[in-house]
Amino acid sequence: MSSDAMAIRVAEAAGRPWAEVLHDWITTVDHKRLGILYILFAMLFLVIGGIEAIVIRVQLMHPHNDFVSPQVFNRMFTMHGTTMIFFVIMPFMFGFANYLVPLMIGARDMAFPRLNAFSFWLTAFGGMLLYFSFLGGSGLYGAGNAPDVGWWAYAPLTSRAFSPGHSADYWTIAVLVSGFGSIGTATNIIATILSMRCPGMTLGRMPLMGWMTLVMSGLVLISISPLSAAQIMLLVDRYLGGHFFDTQAGGSAALWMHFFWIFGHPEVYILVIPAFAFASEIIPVFSRKPIFGYPVMVAATVCIGFISMSVWAHHMFTIGMDSAANTFFVLTTMAIAVPTGIKIFNWLGTMWGGKIQFKTPMLFCVAFLFQFLIAGLTGVMLGAAPFNWQLSGSYFVVAHFHYVIVGAILFCIFGAVYYWFPKMTGRMLNEGLGKLHFWLFVIGFHLTFDPMHIPGLLGMPRRIYTYEPGRGWDTWNVIISIGAFIQGIATLLFVVNLVLSYFKGPRAGNDPWDAWTLEWAVSSPPPAYNFARIPTVASRRPLWDRKHPEDPDSRYE
Amino acid sequence: MRVNMRGMKWEGVARRAAGILLLVLGLLLAAGLCTATTPGDNPVPNIFEPHSTPADSIFHFSRFVLIITGLIFLVVFILLVYAVVKFRARAGDSPHEPAQVYGSTQIELAWTVIPILIVVVLFLATTRVIHAIQDAPKPANAVEVIAIGHQFWWEFRYPALGIVTANELHIPVSDPANPTPTYLKLLSADTDHSFWVPQLAGKTDLIPNRVNTMWMDPHRTGIFLGQCAQYCGTQHAKMLLQVSVDSREDFAAWANAQKQPAKNDETVSAGRRVFETTACINCHAVAGTAATGRFGPDLTHMMSRSTIASGAAKNTPENLGMWIQDPEMIKPGSLMPAMKLSDADLDALVRYLETLR
Repeated sequence: MSSDAMAIRVAEAAGRPWAEVLHDWITTVDHKRLGILYILFAMLFLVIGGIEAIVIRVQLMHPHNDFVSPQVFNRMFTMHGTTMIFFVIMPFMFGFANYLVPLMIGARDMAFPRLNAFSFWLTAFGGMLLYFSFLGGSGLYGAGNAPDVGWWAYAPLTSRAFSPGHSADYWTIAVLVSGFGSIGTATNIIATILSMRCPGMTLGRMPLMGWMTLVMSGLVLISISPLSAAQIMLLVDRYLGGHFFDTQAGGSAALWMHFFWIFGHPEVYILVIPAFAFASEIIPVFSRKPIFGYPVMVAATVCIGFISMSVWAHHMFTIGMDSAANTFFVLTTMAIAVPTGIKIFNWLGTMWGGKIQFKTPMLFCVAFLFQFLIAGLTGVMLGAAPFNWQLSGSYFVVAHFHYVIVGAILFCIFGAVYYWFPKMTGRMLNEGLGKLHFWLFVIGFHLTFDPMHIPGLLGMPRRIYTYEPGRGWDTWNVIISIGAFIQGIATLLFVVNLVLSYFKGPRAGNDPWDAWTLEWAVSSPPPAYNFARIPTVASRRPLWDRKHPEDPDSRYE
Repeated sequence: MRVNMRGMKWEGVARRAAGILLLVLGLLLAAGLCTATTPGDNPVPNIFEPHSTPADSIFHFSRFVLIITGLIFLVVFILLVYAVVKFRARAGDSPHEPAQVYGSTQIELAWTVIPILIVVVLFLATTRVIHAIQDAPKPANAVEVIAIGHQFWWEFRYPALGIVTANELHIPVSDPANPTPTYLKLLSADTDHSFWVPQLAGKTDLIPNRVNTMWMDPHRTGIFLGQCAQYCGTQHAKMLLQVSVDSREDFAAWANAQKQPAKNDETVSAGRRVFETTACINCHAVAGTAATGRFGPDLTHMMSRSTIASGAAKNTPENLGMWIQDPEMIKPGSLMPAMKLSDADLDALVRYLETLR
């Protein structure tokens, strides 16, 4: 541990006034602290969104259940979706990018530290605003309530005729504000990666995490903009008498769909590409081999970035587009399976011939590979328009995208937390609890999301607060709910592990995993400005070169 | 050099992982079997038990897609399991790092080109089915129905027959030798809805300010269930849908009965007076009376329907009374107001409605 970091720890341990510590955290512009703030913020909302999911699952355990009213149920799935996408997964990804990218590229901070802090607080403010709707949604006198328009907020449900009060406005403004935060951070990441790499780190030597974060940030810039535009148009409709989406005044409901999904599909890749990044850092280290086919991985990522902007209307195969339009979006959607498949094969190639160590981060990444494979294949089914006419809007879709968002993305996030927690805190997470968390979560995940495909095939639509008995859905829903409870318990174990290990975990040292990227060259946690002397690199794995001077990577690249 | 001292333990872990994944596969298989043995007499919605050409083409196409994706799954799954089991670190391993392999152009080319070929095949097959369903020419003797989505019920109009009904669609069976498909023109009165009866066709949305169409040609008679598949507001869940596929004779008889004006039964004139002097007529229509409201379902022949509140309750006198008096008991959040009638008025009203056959 460097003297700086030690000094901070000692000072904190010596019991500085809590107000002073809090002030430090709130006013910080340090990329590492902002990264941790992003991650803590995401974890808080992960628990809140999880509770909403549990409410949904309790309600759906039996047909004609009346645990919650239809109104409350509709708020729950709206808030669950909005929270998980905008206030859990995105902040997680920005948090890790913030913390890791400067360290990995050998920089002392992000390009624009103040913009960084501003962007984080915008996102945090957006999250708080969304939840304030529970109080202010119908105005305080109406005792308020949360939005119930679904996380796509399809027009004309959001028009004043169908959403009186302010609940829809809280949704709109919360997403708009956090969107500005995302744009700020994305700009910052791009600037940092393009202009602050240390000497020797050409783009071709940048860790894959850097490349993937770069592509993700580009997608944020391109896709959040139409969403923000649509939100502003919606506000104009609601308050200034506009008619963009107000169908009762001649507006277009389909226009909102296009705007939303032109954001919504790249958004899927905004969420999943950083997950790919984590896997691409973790799998090589625990297989003890370099990533297989680095240039192809980069090319596939860039390719996914571009194609992902041309597939949005596959969310709209049922809105009555003509056969030519449907055919076009089938083609682009299926095309994206190719670079995605290449990635799976390259991770497989990385593991092939290695000496795989199944530490907790690797367990999560291996489960990710299996689950992402299934998610991708159900994605191909949904991309085939005629099949989609049956599956779309059913529980099959719900199962598919949870396979992506939980089975792939959240698993990688858990892996990333286990992998980089030692760097961030200086302490190891408990392996035993980690393994228990992993196995419980795997069991819960498969109990929930494997059976969930089936009621969809039997005609169960999503977003229904209850259902008729005798349609073959009952048993499946009981199993799904039990799985959800197991996932809830596993997540609590994870939180317990974080808290316990933060105080009691064994010291990590600089490089507990014997890894190869630059963040492991500095102390854990890293000193305030990361590198006392800016490093110079000669290959993609600078620490490999340092550990194996007799056979450095730089000889082969 | 790191050596894993507990290699033996990982054998167990790998075995457990394989076990869980086998369980998953077993579950999926069991599910497939369950769905395959659903009895045909009491059709529950199931996309793999089609009874109409569009649903049938989708079913055959989906089998093809499932086989291809299933094969891909099997191959990659086996490779992954093999890698996980075979290349795990063991206790007796040499302390050296494994061979550092950076990539292989030939292998990477192979796993780029093969997926491209698979995608081309899938794309061509998809295009064929899209064209077959969406661009099917409409025969001259097709039955035309206008379906209008409302929060939270379905309105069905037969312009050629002059019939207006709700929630329970009647269509004639279509003989493949002499097909009489039904073409639906889909409209919405308020928010987005989606018409989905899995055994007859894929879903198509009903969107305000937009005209969509879909068709189906059921090959057998019976009742087919479905429901609204696009979130449309508070009671999206109880916007149920049923399609009654009738033989030609039954359909003709049904249509003939629906064309008659409402019965005017003097014994229930008290109830009729209640109906015509309260807010009922603002939203409901009964042909041949002063009631011409369009906001709620047409009640001219409401007793010919087996359910009320868009399938939320059976059409019995008790339910009808409860529905009029306090709709929240049956369908909280529906747009039907509580009428708060006196017991005598409610009784009379229900007795009047019961004559609307």
